[in-house]
Amino acid sequence: MEFIFGRLTLNSLPHEWFTIGGTGAITMMMIGIALFITRIKRWKWLWNEWITSVDPKKIGIMYMIVASLMLVRGAMDAGMIWLQQAMSVGASSGYLSAQHFQEVFTAHGVIMVFFVTMGFLFGLLNYMIPLQIGARDLASPFLNTTGFWLYVAGAILVNLFFVFGGQFAATGWLAIAPLSGTEFSPGVGTDYWTWSLQTSGLGTLMGGINFIMTILKMRAPGMTLMRMPLFTWTSLVAMCIVVTIFPILTATIALLSLDRLFGMHFFTTDLGGNAMMYTNLIWMWGHPEVYVLILPSFGIYSEVVSTFAQKKLAGYKSMVLAAFGIGSIALVVWLHHFFTMGAGANVNAFFGIMTTFIAIPAGVQIFNWSSTMYKGKIRFLGPMLWFLGFSGTFIFGGLTGVLLAVPPADFQLHNSLFLVAHFHTTIIGGALFGIFAGITYWFPKISGFKLDEKLGKYAFWLWIIGFFVSFTPLYILGLMGATRRLDHYDASTGWQGLFIISVIGFLIISSGAIMQVIQIVVSIKKRNKNLDTTGDPWNGRTLEWATSSPPPFYNFAKIPEVTSRDAFWEMKKNGTHNKKHEYKDIEMPKNTALGLYISGFALVFGFAMVWHIFWLAMVCVVGGVVCMIIRTFDNETEYVVPAAEIERIELRNIKQRRST
Amino acid sequence: MSIKEKQERVTLGFWIYLMTDLLIFAVLFAVYAVLKESTYGGVTIHEIFNPPFVLVETLILLTSSFTCGLAMLAAHKENKKMMVPYFLVTLFLGIVFLAMELYEFAHLISEGHDWTKSAFLSAFFTLTGTHGLHILIGVIWITILLIHIKLRGLTPTTLGKLTLAGLFWHFLDVVWIFIFTIVYLMGGVS
Amino acid sequence: MTNHKEEGTTSSLIIGFVLSVLLTVSSYLVVTQRLLPSDMIIAVVVFLALLQFVVQAIFFLHLDKESGPRWNLVIFLSTLSIVAMVIIGSLWIMTHLNYNMMPNSIIQDYIQYDEGISK
Repeated sequence: MEFIFGRLTLNSLPHEWFTIGGTGAITMMMIGIALFITRIKRWKWLWNEWITSVDPKKIGIMYMIVASLMLVRGAMDAGMIWLQQAMSVGASSGYLSAQHFQEVFTAHGVIMVFFVTMGFLFGLLNYMIPLQIGARDLASPFLNTTGFWLYVAGAILVNLFFVFGGQFAATGWLAIAPLSGTEFSPGVGTDYWTWSLQTSGLGTLMGGINFIMTILKMRAPGMTLMRMPLFTWTSLVAMCIVVTIFPILTATIALLSLDRLFGMHFFTTDLGGNAMMYTNLIWMWGHPEVYVLILPSFGIYSEVVSTFAQKKLAGYKSMVLAAFGIGSIALVVWLHHFFTMGAGANVNAFFGIMTTFIAIPAGVQIFNWSSTMYKGKIRFLGPMLWFLGFSGTFIFGGLTGVLLAVPPADFQLHNSLFLVAHFHTTIIGGALFGIFAGITYWFPKISGFKLDEKLGKYAFWLWIIGFFVSFTPLYILGLMGATRRLDHYDASTGWQGLFIISVIGFLIISSGAIMQVIQIVVSIKKRNKNLDTTGDPWNGRTLEWATSSPPPFYNFAKIPEVTSRDAFWEMKKNGTHNKKHEYKDIEMPKNTALGLYISGFALVFGFAMVWHIFWLAMVCVVGGVVCMIIRTFDNETEYVVPAAEIERIELRNIKQRRST
Repeated sequence: MSIKEKQERVTLGFWIYLMTDLLIFAVLFAVYAVLKESTYGGVTIHEIFNPPFVLVETLILLTSSFTCGLAMLAAHKENKKMMVPYFLVTLFLGIVFLAMELYEFAHLISEGHDWTKSAFLSAFFTLTGTHGLHILIGVIWITILLIHIKLRGLTPTTLGKLTLAGLFWHFLDVVWIFIFTIVYLMGGVS
Repeated sequence: MTNHKEEGTTSSLIIGFVLSVLLTVSSYLVVTQRLLPSDMIIAVVVFLALLQFVVQAIFFLHLDKESGPRWNLVIFLSTLSIVAMVIIGSLWIMTHLNYNMMPNSIIQDYIQYDEGISK
């Protein structure tokens, strides 16, 4: 029995309130969706148009849908943390057990970093990078779909514990050793952490390689590197960091798995293991990762500021250098996450100084954005509001970061709520607001109609007010000595009031999020009033606006010739963008289900490894490899779209554009 | 877009992948360097190092890299008569290398020096074992490509894939130089 | 392809192979025959390894022959610097951590050893 099922037993099935609840919710949702699709008879359509699609626009949308679902889960976890900390004072121990509370904040971190932010980022990158560089697809459509489905497999694994096992990692989002070893975390929780991150990490690595290949090798003729839009530049730097650091994550998690599975002693407390090495390695990955999260958002801000100030971006060259500077410095500062572990003054001083240097390129960017806005004709529409919200918030968060970079200060504030407030300020204010700005900015391109402006403004104000109401108390609490991850504290500390204010902030943020959902629903209902018929609703400057909204599946009928930066602006000035030209046959990649199958095998493999069902794991490895071999024998991965079909679609789009 | 442009793109992508693989090895090397003294009273590298055995292993792998290069040259000249035997020799040498490594592992395990006995042994087995796993993947990959050639002949696409497999094989030999030096030779100095 | 280029590449392979074998065997002999004092051996052996690495990069991986923008070379060199950072950075940090965070039992061992007190 043990051979067949590993350590899976009947007891692993849901039997606690939250696992029954979670399983119930997930099952109901899946049944609901399945019934709906059956009712509208769209299974084949779903399979052909979306699931097996290699179109980066479709993959991009799917990434964003999954990321939104994970955002709901991550936000629920956040709410649970807030509630617990506001309630659990003195005699009360709140409503969560200590163990459960630890699992909740671990899941919150993992989901928000890996599945929400990375998901939205890859979604926007997939849709927009080919359009911005004048390409039709990524360099490898096959890697793209495989990478996406691996991300989904990881997202499933991180939620699967609700159904099987009932326990997630209770180790914090980075699963620091030796707490994450078998001695202190013997259950399946940490293994779910391990295998979901390995799976989605593999997908991320594939995406990183794919985007670098695409940006380096598939730009439109005439688009030199120094003529690329800033979003493409910052994304390129971010992807370079990804391919540098994800191998480190893969190796480190693998070593932890070897400890857990095969009794090795890399990070154990005995037989020579050195747990400090885990902390060293995981932060070598972890710090540059946060710059991966924010660099594309910096690019989005550059696009938004120049478009909505209707002025060329100031200091293009210095912005590119700043992106490189941030990327390079990000790789050599990781020790600031463990100043207090004891490396000593010299080591701490080096890393502290390097950390403060990051403020320089960040500052360069702020100055350039300000300079762009100066004497511009600023339109205070949705995307611009998110940028302005970012600039206030992020400067604050960045400054607290520079404060924490000073080792003596960090010795007081390490792992306090001050730190928690700092990184949430930079991630929410920087990365998340950037994602919101990007989604608002590019929504008309993706859907064909604009989002409702008024509701968007309400959502923005709710978010930013809610944010400050939630996190300012945390800064104060941190300075007062409150550490992070507290599931209970004494009444004598006097902290409860501030925690309660923080919960109120959470409620305001939630209203903001609900407002965004309402905005989307209302915008869909009112879409005919907000149609984007020209493809260029904001008077944009970059190539993605040269297509219809949404773009045809091949993006460009004729790959544009680029002669300067702000290529589309140039085309509009010279009147070349609506020119008719001869249509030619286009080669496009075929759909494939192999990416899905490989990820399916990866998902079952992860499950098998969690439960020690080794025969099943071997079967999945063989299955995945066979899929890859099958792919190599496939000679017909592309098909030709005849020129007549292109002409038909293009004429229809031009007619639509001209009729407004 | 021409076949040459496509090949260049694929080669670039594979090269980036190879660099990520190199980084995985870098982490394993770093871990080995940090943990190599943590023997917990058990065997040290000096005690398990069998100099002539490792030298033979190294020369075998080096020769296989050489024959792989010869095979690739023949492939580019579309000389299938020379290419296939050179690849077969490469595969044979690779398998011999693996067999020798497995023998070394089996010997250690039978003497009770397995990876659960100390951090040093964990690091040793993981670093050398990961390299061996890559060699195994290389052997399987080249075999599949030879099957491709048997079934469909030497097409430009297959030639491109052979080039990548050759790169992979050479890269593994480069990594072995450092395993040989840092694990075995430096362990021989005490 | 001209004959010249083919021969050139075959002979460059052979040169690379012979050099690599020589470097391998020299390293081996330096260590096993203790041809040099201990502290020098490590530096020499590492140097020989780096040399063989360059030889293989040029003669086997053909890193010097790339047309167009030399992305492969750029990526390769950047990766090498990251590899150096990972290994050297880890060694520097871990050496300091291990020294500062040494468990008391081991400190006692060192003190006893230094004082010449046998256990």
